[in-house]
This record gives sequence, structure tokens and C-alpha cells, in this order.
Amino acid sequence: MIINNKTAKKIRQDFPIFKNNKGLIYLDNAATSQKPRQVIKAVTDFYEKDNANTGRGLYTLSEKAIEDYDNARKTVAEFVNAFPNEIIFTKNTTESLNLLSYSLSSIIPNEKDEIVLTEMEHHSNLIPWQQLAKRNKMKLKIIRIKEDFTLDMEDAEQKITNKTAILSFTHVSNVTGTINNVKELINLGKEKGAITIIDAAQATSSIKIDVKHLECDFLAFSSHKIFGPTGIGVLYGKEEFLEKMPPFTFGGGMIKKVELGSAEWADIPEKFEAGTQNIAGAVGLGEAIRYLGKIGLENIAEWEMQLTNYALEKLKEVPQIKIYSPVANKNAGIISFGLGKIHPHDVSALLNEKGIAIRAGHCCAMPLMKKLGLPQGVSRISFSVFNTFEEIDKLVNVLKEIEAKLG
Amino acid sequence: METIRHDSTYKKHIIELWKNPKNFGTIKSPTHELTEHNSICGDEITVQIIVKDGEITDAKFSGSGCVLSVVSASLLTDKLKGMEIEDVKKLGQDDIKKLLKTKIHLSRMKCALLPLEATKKALK
Repeated sequence: MIINNKTAKKIRQDFPIFKNNKGLIYLDNAATSQKPRQVIKAVTDFYEKDNANTGRGLYTLSEKAIEDYDNARKTVAEFVNAFPNEIIFTKNTTESLNLLSYSLSSIIPNEKDEIVLTEMEHHSNLIPWQQLAKRNKMKLKIIRIKEDFTLDMEDAEQKITNKTAILSFTHVSNVTGTINNVKELINLGKEKGAITIIDAAQATSSIKIDVKHLECDFLAFSSHKIFGPTGIGVLYGKEEFLEKMPPFTFGGGMIKKVELGSAEWADIPEKFEAGTQNIAGAVGLGEAIRYLGKIGLENIAEWEMQLTNYALEKLKEVPQIKIYSPVANKNAGIISFGLGKIHPHDVSALLNEKGIAIRAGHCCAMPLMKKLGLPQGVSRISFSVFNTFEEIDKLVNVLKEIEAKLG
Repeated sequence: METIRHDSTYKKHIIELWKNPKNFGTIKSPTHELTEHNSICGDEITVQIIVKDGEITDAKFSGSGCVLSVVSASLLTDKLKGMEIEDVKKLGQDDIKKLLKTKIHLSRMKCALLPLEATKKALK
């Protein structure tokens, strides 16, 4: 479905949030996406029709729940072109990356003691690695960003060496919207024998992911950013790694055999899914992926690029505005900005008084804010399929009012 | 400019104080001084106070922050003048709300309380 201003309004009707919040202009899609009724229905249907524990119940209802859960895993696997046993369900991207920061530590070769990240990481792809570095006495190396808010690939070449054990980076910056050249980064990592990890949390809503083509070792993303429920996330891992890695959490469902003094682990992916899982969440995620598929990721990307282009142009009309995002063709639909000396929290609060929801502050990227010289953070808008040109016009008008009032 | 909503945080008296805050600046020889940060907001407010015989004779503030923290600092430093230290220690959230006379969302309460926290720590 090609999206334009008219079809975007039609798609908006899929989202009950707008019926219950009249006049809402939702421009915080990077924080979490709104949920289409198809996804909400899938979750409700599961609870109303198929609900049971997937833990080996030997009755029809449990078999239905198991089938639903397995189908969700297959849907996710197809979504990123992986095999189902390479898909681990987690709570979110943060948990996926935490799992890696623990489970990888025992399979890192001794001669490799460096972890390479970038300056544009979300705290979730920074703090777990800081902690691993502390535990294992490893060194963190950070790839710089350039003035145009893209990654400095020359610096990447310098920082990624034979000592690099782990190279973990974001596909899309949640602050600037920059789309990184992931394939090139993976290649740099592979040349040096590093374990490569992609934080795809901000990418999966509009960029087609193919793990076989990318050849990354791991990839993490969250359901809630792609129209799915909160509380369910994904970790893709290459089979050869997942087989070697120890589990992250322990308990029911992740074992083959247990004795009082020892236990034997289940095969992947169950080895990494201890305890009763978020079955309804997985079902909802599966439906969200089908919903994305119906609209088409490339159509979403195209529409978000048009909105970004339009907004970047229109925002120039606001006095004192400074943009911290790259041009539309290097951008996944996120624009961060500053408005003179006005605090981003005031910008956000004043926009809220006009029914416009945006993100303001450090956006879980304090080191990046420091680099940009913005201790108070930024104001950030981020688009989705249902946003329109009129909404951007209204945003720009209110920003002009705010500037006139407080600037 | 559209009319200001009745439940707006940014009422006229707030905006006016934000543009021309009272007591903004520094005191040459304060008896008490403290800078309080809110790293989540990036706000930084320094409060300087002169105390004579247990009573505050002068108070100023400097730094940068959002509208609420600056206006709160402005109103608080005004109130402090002439107050006994022991009474300042008793000030709390309700007193700040009374001073600001505007709607403060829960998420912004920290901003409004930053100057009071700085003041209490300075007087410790």
C-alpha cells in the first residue's frame, strides 16, 4: 500500500488510541509505537480462546497455546530471515543485550579484550557493556560521530582491531535518527574476528532486516516499537553461538534433566527462555509483524522519509531552532532539535498543552548529549505511518508560538 | 497567540518571572551557598544566602534550568528574605505549590523543588 497524506489518515483509523484521545498528535513513535486494533485483538483472542501455559500441558488448550507461541516464533524468524531456533523471546531489546553481556563473557577468546561501541548508543547498548568490561577487565572503545551526525567510518576502521572481542552498535540512532551503514560495520568486525551485534530497536519499524545478508552474529529488537505489545522482545543469534553460550536465566522450561545437585540445559531456543513466557505478547508481536507486512516496510520507510523531508524544511521557519539530525535519506524518521535557550522540557510541556506528544530530554543517550553540548537534552519528534503533513504544520505553528512566548 | 488555557502551567505571571526573574545574580560574600544539579534535566541552580543571627537577610540564585525551576528559585529567594533558618527547614512541596500558583504536573515537581533542595542543603 503506497502511503500518502490520504492513506495515512485511513491507516490512523486502525489505532484506537486516537478515538480515545481526540485531537492527539502523536510524534513520539520512537519511544513506543501505538497499537493497531488487529494487534490488540490478537492478544485478546489469545486470552479468550487459547490461553494455557506452554509448559508441556498434555491437553488440547495447552497444545493450542504452544502452537500459537511457535507460530509467533516462526513469524519473527521470517521477519528477519532467520531459523526459528535462532529466535529467543526476551522482555525487550535491553534484556536481549543484557543476556548477551552475560552469556558471551565465557566464550570470548583470551587474547581479545576490547569492546567497540559508538557514541550514538542508547544506554541499553552501553551500560551492559560497561559492566561486562568491569567484570572481565576489558576496555571500551567508542566510535565517534561526525558533524553531520553520521558515524565516522574512518574512526571505526581505527577502533576495530584484532583485539576487538565484541562490536555492538545501533542500526538507527534513537536521538538523531541516523541510519548506520550496518553491513560495512559488520564487515569491519568480521575481518578482525569480532562478535558482531546489532541493536535494531529503532530500525525494525521501517527497515527490512535480513540477518543472513548482514551476517551479524546477533540482533536485538523490541516488539513495542513495531506496533506490538510491550514486554516482549527478540534476540536473534547464530545457532553456532547460541549452542556454545551458557543460559542467562535459570528455572523451569530451560532444562532437559534436573537432579538435586545439577541440571542439563534444553536445546536452543528454550535454553534461554526460563520460566513461563509472555505468550500473549509473542502472539501480539506476530500479529504486529503481519500488520507491518500488509502495509509494507518499504512503504512505511518512503512515507516517513517524505514526512522527515517536509518537517526538516518546515522547521526552518521556527526562529532559533537548531536541528540535530541528518538529512532525510540518511534518517529513519527522527528529528531532534533545540529551541534557543528554552528547556526541552518546557517545549514538550507547552506542546502537550496543545495535544502534541513529543519526547524531551536526554533520550537515554546522556553521553551523546554531552558530546553535542546539550546537558538539558533535546526535543525529539519521530514519525509513524499515521502521521500527516497537517500535523507537522500544527507542530511548527505551536513551536513558533512557544518561541515567541519564551524565546 | 491563542489564549492561555486555564490549566496551563505557563500562566502569565510564570512567563513574566521567567523572562525577568527576581533575585537572579550573585552575592559577593554569601554565608551559605550551594549548587544543586538535576542530571536528568541538566538543570543547575546555585543558591547564595546571607544569614545574620539566624535570619536570612539576602538570597540570590544563578544557573540555568527550565521555566519551573527558575521561577521557583525566583519566588523562593524572595520568600527567604527575613525568614528564620529554622522556619526554612520546615518548607516543603506544599509551600512551593503555594508560591508558584500554577498547575505543576507530577513529572515536573522535581524541577519546582530543585531550588528548595539547594537552599536546605546550603543551610545544613
